[in-house]
Amino acid sequence: MKRIAFTLWSLALFAAAAAHAQLTIDITTSAGKQIPVAIVPFGNEDATQSVTPVISADLARTGLFKVIPGTGVTPPPTEPSEINFADWTAKNAEALVIGSLRPAPGGQLDVRFRLFDVARQMQLASFSYVVQPAQLRATAHKIADEIYEKLTGDKGVFSTRIAYVIKRGQRYELQVADADGANAQTVLASGQSIISPKWSPDGTRLAYVSFESEKATVVVQNLATGERRTVANFFGNNSAPAWSPDGKTLAVTLTKDGTSQIYLIPATGGAPRRITESAAIDTEADWSPDGAYIAFISDRSGGPQIYRVPVTGGQPQRLTFEGSYNVTPRVSPDSRSIAYVQRDDGKFRIALLDIASGQSTVLSDGPLDESPSFAPNGRVVLYESTTGGRGSLAAVSADGRVKQRLTAASGDVRDPAWGPFVK
Amino acid sequence: MNKTYRIVPALAAALLLAACGSTPKTEAPAPVDNRTAQPPAPPPSQQPTASTTTPRPVTANPLDDPRGVLAGRSVFFDYDSNVVKPEGQTLVKAHADYMKQFPGARIALEGNTDERGSREYNLALGQRRADAVKQIMTLVGVSGDRIETVSFGEEKPKAPGHDEAAWSQNRRADIVYKVKN
Repeated sequence: MKRIAFTLWSLALFAAAAAHAQLTIDITTSAGKQIPVAIVPFGNEDATQSVTPVISADLARTGLFKVIPGTGVTPPPTEPSEINFADWTAKNAEALVIGSLRPAPGGQLDVRFRLFDVARQMQLASFSYVVQPAQLRATAHKIADEIYEKLTGDKGVFSTRIAYVIKRGQRYELQVADADGANAQTVLASGQSIISPKWSPDGTRLAYVSFESEKATVVVQNLATGERRTVANFFGNNSAPAWSPDGKTLAVTLTKDGTSQIYLIPATGGAPRRITESAAIDTEADWSPDGAYIAFISDRSGGPQIYRVPVTGGQPQRLTFEGSYNVTPRVSPDSRSIAYVQRDDGKFRIALLDIASGQSTVLSDGPLDESPSFAPNGRVVLYESTTGGRGSLAAVSADGRVKQRLTAASGDVRDPAWGPFVK
Repeated sequence: MNKTYRIVPALAAALLLAACGSTPKTEAPAPVDNRTAQPPAPPPSQQPTASTTTPRPVTANPLDDPRGVLAGRSVFFDYDSNVVKPEGQTLVKAHADYMKQFPGARIALEGNTDERGSREYNLALGQRRADAVKQIMTLVGVSGDRIETVSFGEEKPKAPGHDEAAWSQNRRADIVYKVKN
């Protein structure tokens, strides 16, 4: 069991909303086989300018790596010519990370990084970035992404962002933070609930449900400009937004014609086109990333179950049959599986459905887990876990082996949404 | 702008408490509803008070009687259910009778759920509860266009706790008079 604690200060997008946040990430279980990676402190790192602590924390947090401190080898290598591979074989390292920070013109820093396969004494990756000191943390995440991809074959998600809602008393804040919880920014504060934030596929906008007008409406907010546009404010409730893969259309739930049904609207607002036709509740749409179908829940059979319907129309297909309450489907990035919430014996847990086989695997322990959201590489599911009436964010690897908890110092954290890969 | 009158649910709960010595459950203290802290008291010109608009200045409006059946403004539901129970039916029919007696009255029915499960499904369930109350009222002769149904799902709990005592108070539909008569 590893424990990594960060004390972080948020950068407030709006000065008035500035708040300091202390976030702690606990890895509560870890994978069996971990890749041992030695990370040597980069040349010229000091207490104020460093990247290796962030790289080490990123890798360790996945549970897939055993991070070996690269200290104790004198002198610490910063260039390939300085590496004695026998030193690292003796430490049982399979991979070795070295690098340096060098002053560059204009107060910038030249960040150089190399990754080696220790057994084969071969360089696996390298890059050099000239960045402002304020970009060091982001650069560290990029290096961690590179290491993760070279050693696991999957793209890393350390440079991505997450959105979530934090409730303190009667104040609700929609926040955006780095995937490790750092740099939390409040993008909207309200005295009314904010629910169901969803990232546009290009990461520039968030759609969410606002209750500011004493009823549920769907709002799209541009994160760069702060511009907000109410895109669904029809008679009755407007909720559960889901982006199409091209970012041009939203699936939303409306009650304008009676019971909750799913409609498509332009992402800039406009006329709705109904895509479900039932006398029951149909809601919680989620668009498959391949664009082929929309997953949703319906209680047309009694309790809520997960269905999917082709975007082109047609007969919905029921996907879950076990249990009386299966909700909040989220289609995986490869469109082959669906994370969802199942209720069993009064406990709510995150589960993963393999669509082809129809087999489900329970991923979380409950008792009050909800709002799953896939990391863009499909390897981790972020979700909300409530204990004692207070929500916190938790994450579980898609194979169920690695669990983490992300806790804010105060407040009730809910409705996480993991953003897309950034260019 | 026809939004002229609003019963704050916390106030309604207080009225209910005051009125119903025989209420079987001991109600948890109503949380401070954030709407009570909201500014939206419309300008006086847009908000005729009950006393200026009531056509029967001699007779007190039965809605204002804290001991009357109409003081009850909340219909409670079982878990996962939108069935209006017998005591709820009695209350809903009493309000329907009032609506028929005062043809100018308009209401909103606000559906709510407890905190368990999906927020979005709860929003839809709350709507279904509000619609179930509306259906009773229309069946006994109140025109549907006088009744607006909305849902707050699990977003506006009346009781703040995390146990069945609180949840049972939060699974409800509130009857909110927008225009009293």
